[in-house]
Amino acid sequence: MTTNMSGAAAPDREMTGAEMVIEALADQGVQHIFGYPGGAVLPIYDAIFQQQMVQHILVRHEQGAVHAAEGYARSTGKVGCVLVTSGPGATNAVTGLTDALCDSIPIVVITGQVPTHLIGNDAFQECDTVGITRPCTKHNYLVKSIDDLPRVLHEAFHIASSGRPGPVVVDIPKDVQFAKGTYSKPTSFPHQGYRPQLKGDPSRIKQAVELMARAKRPLFYTGGGVINSGPRASTLLREFVKLTGFPITSTLMGLGAVQASDPQWLGMLGMHGTWEANWSMHDCDLMICIGARFDDRITGRLDAFSPGSTKIHVDIDPSSINKNVKVDVPIIGDCANVLEDMLALWRSSKAQPDKKALGDWWKQIDKWRAKKSLSYKNSSTIIKPQYAIQRLYELTKDRDTYITTEVGQHQMWAAQFYGFQEPNRWMTSGGLGTMGYGLPAAIGVQRAHPQSLVIDIAGEASVLMNMQEMSTAVQHRLSIKVFILNNQYMGMVRQWQELLHGGRYAESYTHSLPDFVKLAEAYHAVGIRCERPGDLDGAIKEMIDVDQPVLFDCVVDQNENCFPMIPSGRAHNEMLLGDSGESVDEAITEEGKMLV
Amino acid sequence: MSATSHYPAAPVAEKIETHTLSVIVDNEPGVLARVIGLFSGRGYNIDSLTVSETEHEKHLSRITIVTRGTPMVIEQIKNQLDRLVPIHRVVDMTLAGPSIQRELAMVKVRGTGEPRVEALRLADAFRARVIDAGTESFIFEITGASEKIEQFIALMLPLGLVEVSRTGVVAIARGAEAM
Repeated sequence: MTTNMSGAAAPDREMTGAEMVIEALADQGVQHIFGYPGGAVLPIYDAIFQQQMVQHILVRHEQGAVHAAEGYARSTGKVGCVLVTSGPGATNAVTGLTDALCDSIPIVVITGQVPTHLIGNDAFQECDTVGITRPCTKHNYLVKSIDDLPRVLHEAFHIASSGRPGPVVVDIPKDVQFAKGTYSKPTSFPHQGYRPQLKGDPSRIKQAVELMARAKRPLFYTGGGVINSGPRASTLLREFVKLTGFPITSTLMGLGAVQASDPQWLGMLGMHGTWEANWSMHDCDLMICIGARFDDRITGRLDAFSPGSTKIHVDIDPSSINKNVKVDVPIIGDCANVLEDMLALWRSSKAQPDKKALGDWWKQIDKWRAKKSLSYKNSSTIIKPQYAIQRLYELTKDRDTYITTEVGQHQMWAAQFYGFQEPNRWMTSGGLGTMGYGLPAAIGVQRAHPQSLVIDIAGEASVLMNMQEMSTAVQHRLSIKVFILNNQYMGMVRQWQELLHGGRYAESYTHSLPDFVKLAEAYHAVGIRCERPGDLDGAIKEMIDVDQPVLFDCVVDQNENCFPMIPSGRAHNEMLLGDSGESVDEAITEEGKMLV
Repeated sequence: MSATSHYPAAPVAEKIETHTLSVIVDNEPGVLARVIGLFSGRGYNIDSLTVSETEHEKHLSRITIVTRGTPMVIEQIKNQLDRLVPIHRVVDMTLAGPSIQRELAMVKVRGTGEPRVEALRLADAFRARVIDAGTESFIFEITGASEKIEQFIALMLPLGLVEVSRTGVVAIARGAEAM
């Protein structure tokens, strides 16, 4: 029994670099790693083969591995892990890395590299991985010595997951994978240069709470920072919203932090946000921004953005403060910590909202709500995409459901019509807008939650970008449901061409689409096609009941546009509704057309 | 109606300021590339950049950057720099209090006769040292604030200026305290 001693206080052990990678992953609590083998990572794959601690999920393209790790991370709050080879393996991961950087998703990507003596020699499958990934990672490392490897691996996890989360690359040359060295366990290392500020400044918090108690037309504007901070932040936010009685809106990234069924919830804001959310942003006198970053999709025209409001901005990243919009009370810190302190102060100071003013504010908001800006004309003969999402929501809301999306109209409709009740249930590419994100992300989510219902709400164009990952889903028995709103167009491109480019649909129509049912069958998955509104419920139920990956080809109205919409160059109070008299063409000036 | 942008409006009315930043970094491979990549990737200006190891045992280097921008952009630059993992500290020497800024230049001047004598006289007035001399040329070493060096170079131009090599600005705060 003497060997048991090593379990408690394991002495540092001799092993190869490849074995260290596995050991470090296990010590960091990693159970799953997404990857694709190749020459420069073979020693690590050999080590994977000889252990049981970390399970490898073989993808079909490295981009898919990174998105799967992102889905895994976003649905669990843990760090997602990827293993790819040098050269093309690393370059294929770049889109995923950039996506994770834009949306602040914690992932660690381990890349193989050619042996150190060949670096710089244009060796086979060599690329300057740290050079290429420097601007699209939070941090990256090239490990040239086995002595640095354990420290770097542990540091990578710490950096990926702490502060504002993000992707970290560890590039390991093949000779370092073979080299023998001494492995050491993770320690709480004091990194000189990297110390994120997690607690908010008490004097600023006091200032914020005082402003809130005095506000006449207050509004919470929250974002992905609340989700990233962990479920505690959402719980505290809900408590605070309830306690104050203030209205709340959020960005695309922040959906689920408060319940969509909450009467104080105004819906998403921004370019395709609701009438009430955007008008409230425009007219509020106090904006309480928590974990959002005043992105251009949110603010619209900057010089007309919420002109009369005092702005409080809570963010863990100091560089988000005053980047686009000047704020009055910046508070640097983790959302959960700051919310906790604000809430405590609100209670201990017995602060009361201005009930009379708040009542008037809600009356005004209710007028905006009465516009019913998300309404659309339904049809009994053709499936409207909005209707499809509504039915999907109704038939899945009582289940343990996770939603991922691709990018485009379907993504916006999902955000508008699927009522998210909990955080970490909504995985979408917000910042980078990566078509092809949703299917591999769903694989990652399903891997983390094998018993849950995981649905990728997709467009037929986006989903083809990473369709090969259906093979991954089938191999690993991950019963993801890909719900394709098939309008045969790149819908958002088509919408902009209709509204801005005289209806000249340059290259946005997809000829020669595959038969998605046959395609599913070719992957040994299940295909379902639905063309009529009357058949939709039955078909969705069938999809849910199948214990296999499903491609659901939902044939929808080809010409439906996504409204409401703030046209380019316009402000929040100038948004258009689907049935507004003003045509979008008139609303957008020549200068406006220049904008994305 | 005036159409501007979904993107942040260009800061047209704001004043452009020049700031000198002192940045303490880990002396490790790629750290300078991170700093320069940040500036080029985000469209910031670099007027001058110097870097050298300053604390050998701690593997620390000091980067001095002279940059230009609106106050909002300068604030962004500092915050973005601070976000880089190997960066320990960013101090804005322009705001932090009185500081001394110096650069060194080596100035090659070619000529004979009166211009050569005049160059030597001016060099003396500027306290530039002769560090290389031939029958037809001098190399002067001059240290000082950038404006002084600019002035010296301007004076050498008609006297046969051939070549200039400059270090860029280094800066340090006045007084007894370390940054």
